[in-house]
Amino acid sequence: MEIKIVKQILEWNEDVSKAVIDELADKKVALINVMGSPGAGKTSLITQIINRLKDKYAIGVIEGDIAGQIDADKIDAMGIPVVQLQTDGACHIEAMSIQNMLPMFDLDKLDVIFVENIGNLVCPAEFNIGEDLRVAILSIPEGDDKVEKYPLMFSTTDALVLNKFDMLPYFDFDVERVEKNEKDANPDALIFKVSNKTCDGLDELISWLSAKISEKTGK
Amino acid sequence: MHELSIVEGILEAVIPEVEKYNVNKVLSIKLRIGELSGVVPECINYYFDIASRDTVAEGAKIVIEKVPVTIKCPDCGYDGVIKIGHFKCPECGGTGFKIISGKEYYVDSVEAE
Repeated sequence: MEIKIVKQILEWNEDVSKAVIDELADKKVALINVMGSPGAGKTSLITQIINRLKDKYAIGVIEGDIAGQIDADKIDAMGIPVVQLQTDGACHIEAMSIQNMLPMFDLDKLDVIFVENIGNLVCPAEFNIGEDLRVAILSIPEGDDKVEKYPLMFSTTDALVLNKFDMLPYFDFDVERVEKNEKDANPDALIFKVSNKTCDGLDELISWLSAKISEKTGK
Repeated sequence: MHELSIVEGILEAVIPEVEKYNVNKVLSIKLRIGELSGVVPECINYYFDIASRDTVAEGAKIVIEKVPVTIKCPDCGYDGVIKIGHFKCPECGGTGFKIISGKEYYVDSVEAE
């Protein structure tokens, strides 16, 4: 006999992600999901953001890595509360992991938590983690075809950060192609051209992020 | 790459439902998976064989029905399929549309005896 089921396979992730949204709405803490390939500059971008926003907001960081805690040590050295999430081989972070990490922070004292997702353009995009914003980083050396190749990542992001923009003269990277494909994939996404090294372009990104965080915290 | 979580999700969706029907064996499980999801069917089969051992779903065949990406265009009213990687309305070239299907990830039905 045929039994009709019609149930989301990742339903538990959606349920938990809603629970995270409710908890953080109650505490007025913004959650920002930072995604991109290994080496795109996720940790560097987060440290740049911390440097510029730490006097305005109380910031926490969840560092997702398959193994080790190199990134968490960098953030910890800045005096920012950080929790290292080791996924033991898993290619993404799930909402359940975030829910388990939240009690490690004093949410009453925090305004924003940045989550550095696992370096990967595929799987992290499929799992909502209760975030307010998705920020996808693509660095110039990775190539200008990534938006077309990883449609889910780039169609669900709120902002596309083109990092290592100072490297543009050294690579055959067609910026217009990326801008056009990103607008096609997600007309609402904002595109920021930055260099974590020279700090060019960071001001625009920071002021957008700051406005979004303030919307959530009321600060 | 996260096929094991998916397989666990499949079993969580299927087993409580079939238990309501007093069945001995699940013969096949039909999944509907959107083309925008990165699921690898071969990996699902492999993990499913391991994860379903000693359950009512052991040995069941996984049947995957791919769901194409469809849109509804607010500019020209086009309502239908688009190709992955071409996020444009095929009629008017507009981009301000909503994706209607293509992100699905669910168990549709099972065949059991």
